[in-house]
Amino acid sequence: MSLVARHLEANGIPTVIIGSARDVVEYCGVPRFLFTDFPLGNPCGHPWDREMQEKIVRQALDLLANAAGPRTTVKAPFAWKASDPEWRARYGRVDPAERERLLAIGEERRRQKAEAKAAARGA
Amino acid sequence: MVDTGEPVPYMERTRQYYRALGYAKDYVWARHDDVPFARLPKPLSECRLALITTAGPVPYDGKRQLWSGAIDPAPARLHTANLAWDKESTHTDDRGSFLPIEIASKLARNGVFAGLTPRFHGVPTEYSQRSTTEDVAPKVLQRLRDDGADGAILCPL
Repeated sequence: MSLVARHLEANGIPTVIIGSARDVVEYCGVPRFLFTDFPLGNPCGHPWDREMQEKIVRQALDLLANAAGPRTTVKAPFAWKASDPEWRARYGRVDPAERERLLAIGEERRRQKAEAKAAARGA
Repeated sequence: MVDTGEPVPYMERTRQYYRALGYAKDYVWARHDDVPFARLPKPLSECRLALITTAGPVPYDGKRQLWSGAIDPAPARLHTANLAWDKESTHTDDRGSFLPIEIASKLARNGVFAGLTPRFHGVPTEYSQRSTTEDVAPKVLQRLRDDGADGAILCPL
């Protein structure tokens, strides 16, 4: 998505990204980024919280209109649910007890990909 | 693990996860020193804006490709199962939490900006940066121009 933003911007269409993967977006380098520090999946606010979602969209619009230059990141003033303080540790973690299972998943993916490739060559 | 409140290091987590899956080479993330920058051509209140998502259409045919959907009537649900969001911590049952069509429309009615374009766009999250840069992005640009968009709000899951 960051690459799409860059292409639009290079062709004269200003953009603002509302997103939660701060490191990925900033590493790529984008014009305007409203960072919402939530689990991936709900960049525009907690599910069903229309009031929060409206504030986030307003903030994104403000950034679209008023950012002074590229690489402008603004952090939205909202946190994830207080009832779930552990969410940051959860995503994509590798549990040592799961190593064998993960490796098996990887093997299966590689096998399927090789099969698909062979089928495409034969077609 | 102690939560320090620092943003989640997704790139490092992804590297560790794919190494655990047995992939020999790490994914190389896109990185650019220069960043283009354009300004709105007129006051925000006069600008027409496009919404862009990474979600897919419902029903989903299994192909990751650029697609466009109407904002009115807005789709109740979009396909997100194939995307890498945090399926243990949250859900995507509220489409407004990742593609806020109704809220943006309300703000437009209130005069904050001129209106949404009739279509929103769904871009595939490609492994291949070349495909995104050389194929998807130019097509998105063309669709935005066709729709008269002055700017865009991008909401990746």
